[in-house]
Amino acid sequence: MNQVAGLLVRDADTVSGDAGSFQRWAALIGGGSLALVGLTRRSKSGVAMAAAGGLLAYVGATADRIPRVIVASSSVLVNCSPQEAYQFWRNFENLPLFMRHLESVSVSGDKRTTWIALGPLGTRITWDAEIVTERANEVIEWQALPGSRLRVDGSVEFRSAPANRGTIIQAMMRFRPPSGGVGRAVAKIFGKYPNFVMRQDLRRFKALVETGEIPTTEGQTHGPRSLKIAVLRLADPDRPLRPESRITEVLNALRRIA
Amino acid sequence: MKAVCWMGTEKVTVENVPDPKILNPRDAIVRITSTCICGSDLHLYNGLIPTMEQGDILGHEFMGEVVEVGGAIDREKLKVGDRVVVPFTIACGRCFFCQRQLWSCCDNSNPNYWIAEQMMGYSPSGLFGYTHMMGGYAGGQAQYARVPYADVGPLKLPEGVPDEKLVFLSDIFPTGYMGAENCDIKPGDTVAIWGCGPVGQFAIRSAFMLGAERVIAIDRFDYRLRLAAQAGAEIINYEEVDDVVQTLKDMTANIGPDACMDAVGMEAHDHSFMYLVDRTKQAMKIETDRPIVLRQCIQACRKGGTVSVPGVYAGFVDKLPMGAYMNKGLAMKTGQTHMMRYMKPLLERVEKGDIDPSFVVSHRPSINQAPEMYKIFRDKQEHCTKVVLDPWADGAAAA
Repeated sequence: MNQVAGLLVRDADTVSGDAGSFQRWAALIGGGSLALVGLTRRSKSGVAMAAAGGLLAYVGATADRIPRVIVASSSVLVNCSPQEAYQFWRNFENLPLFMRHLESVSVSGDKRTTWIALGPLGTRITWDAEIVTERANEVIEWQALPGSRLRVDGSVEFRSAPANRGTIIQAMMRFRPPSGGVGRAVAKIFGKYPNFVMRQDLRRFKALVETGEIPTTEGQTHGPRSLKIAVLRLADPDRPLRPESRITEVLNALRRIA
Repeated sequence: MKAVCWMGTEKVTVENVPDPKILNPRDAIVRITSTCICGSDLHLYNGLIPTMEQGDILGHEFMGEVVEVGGAIDREKLKVGDRVVVPFTIACGRCFFCQRQLWSCCDNSNPNYWIAEQMMGYSPSGLFGYTHMMGGYAGGQAQYARVPYADVGPLKLPEGVPDEKLVFLSDIFPTGYMGAENCDIKPGDTVAIWGCGPVGQFAIRSAFMLGAERVIAIDRFDYRLRLAAQAGAEIINYEEVDDVVQTLKDMTANIGPDACMDAVGMEAHDHSFMYLVDRTKQAMKIETDRPIVLRQCIQACRKGGTVSVPGVYAGFVDKLPMGAYMNKGLAMKTGQTHMMRYMKPLLERVEKGDIDPSFVVSHRPSINQAPEMYKIFRDKQEHCTKVVLDPWADGAAAA
C-alpha cells in the first residue's frame, strides 16, 4: 500500500483552480509590491513589510496546485494490545486528540461520523462518512457518504507484532479534492508530504495510548524571543494555523523590537 | 522567576520569566535548590549545536523540592514536599525503549521528534534545557522547572545529605559511570580516559569501582590531572608529550589500553595539524564536530578492545579511522545516559560513603553570576572544574 501511495502522490496530476486565479494574481502583484516598498524603507518595519509581502507573493504563486489524489499513509509500533489500540481508534471522537488538523469528529449512529477539519487560517472543511468494513481488533475502513463534496476514504489496520512487541498500526487516508477553495484547503493541510502528516498523527496516537498524554512544550515558560523565532514558529509544518494560534506571539515579538 | 537564558552564541543572560506551569497530567513543578553548568552546555554557549532559539532556558542538572504535581501522578510515587534529583533525560517509562531500560532512547518524550528524525533517522529522548531538536524543554538553571513524566524520572532523596553530594546524580555521575560500564571492564584491564572534566573524573572513579587495574587519564590542565591522580589514575598531559598514542603504547607494554574512553566529545583540542583542519572546518560549518579524541581512541585501543563514548557529538565528523576500527575488531558503546538505571544504585553508594561526589565542585555562586560563570568554565579560568549555582542566593530570592 505504501508503494501505491508513493506513486499516487508523486504522479498526481494537478488541476488549476479557475476561481482562484484572480486571487492568485492579486496576491502575487500585491505581495510583490509590498515587498518592494518594504525593501526600500531600510527600517525594521520595512523588513517586516518586505517579509510579509514576500510571503504573500509566494503563497500567491504556489496557491493553485491541487493534486487529484492525496494519500497520507504511515505505520507505527505501539506498546499495547491490538484490542486497546482498536478500541481507542474505534471511538472516532478520539481522532482529533492526535490528528492535529481535525477540529472534531462526531458520531451519529453506530457507523456514521461527521468530520470537521481545519484548513488554512482557521477555515473549516466538513464531510460525512460511514464505516464500510469493520473487524474487531483488526481493521476499520470508512468512506465519505455518496454525494459528499469532498471524496475521502480511510482505513486503519491493527496487527500483533512478534514476541509481545506490541501492535503494528497501519493507517491511510485518501482525499480526492475538488477544484476551488475546498480542494486548495485540503491540499494545504497535507502540503508536499502527506505521509509526514500521517506519521506525526500516528506518533501522537502512540504517545496517547502508551503514556496517556502527548508530549508538549507549548505554553511553557521562556525568555524573550526574537521576531525571527516567532515567525518560524508560525511556519511549523506540524501545526495547523488556527485563528487563535500564536499570531499574538509574533505581534508581541514585533512590539518588543519596535 | 529568574532563569538563565540562551540569547545567542556566547550570550547568556539572567532574565525574569513567568513561572512554569503544569502542561500535562504527568508533569510536576520543582522548586530548584541547586543547579549546575555542564560541559555540554558549553557546546550551546559556543553556538555549535543547531536548533537553539533565543530565549531558551538552559540547564539540565538540577535538584529541589516538588511544589506541584499533575493530576495523573500517583501520590505514592511522588508528592508535594518530596526532595528529588531530576535526571537530564526525559523518559515516559512505557514505550518499547523505556521498557528495555534504554531510557535515553525514549520514543515518546521528544515533541520535536521529527526534527531529530531528519538528522539521525530516529529521535532520542527529550532533554532539559537543550536544543529544540532534543525537545526544546525549558531547563533547570532557574528557580523552578516543569518536569514531564514526573512519576518516572525524579529520584526521591533522603533529608540530611547536602545538595553537593546529590545534585550530580542528575547527569555527570551516572554519565561517568555508564561510560565506565561501557568499557566492559575485566579483571586486570587498563582503561584510558581522555578528558578530566567532571564526567571524566566520575568515569575514573567508576572505572576503579568496576574493577579496573589501571586508569590512565589524559588532559592538558594540571589542576584537572591532579584531581585525577588523587583518585589513583596515572596521568598524561598531552601538551607535554609528542604523541598520546605512542605514550599509551609505552605505558602498556605495546599492547594498548583494553578500553579507551572519549569523555571530551565534539570540541576536542590538540596540538596537531589535524586540529587546525577540524577547527577551520567547524568554523566554516562544513563539519559540526571535531573527532580528535575519537580518532586517538581508535588508534590507541588494543585489538579487540572497546571504545566508550560518553562525550557529546552533535552531527558529522570527518576522517574517522574506520579501517583501524574494523581491522582491529573494536567495539564502540555510546549514548546519552540511561539515567534511571544508575541513579538509585549510585545514590546508595553515596549514602554508604563509597564516594563523595562533592569533590568536583570548585564554584558555588548565585544564579545572578551565571553569565560570567559560563565564560570562566569555558575558558578554564580559576581552576574551574564544576559550577553549582544557587538559584536563591544574594537577592535572587526577592525576584
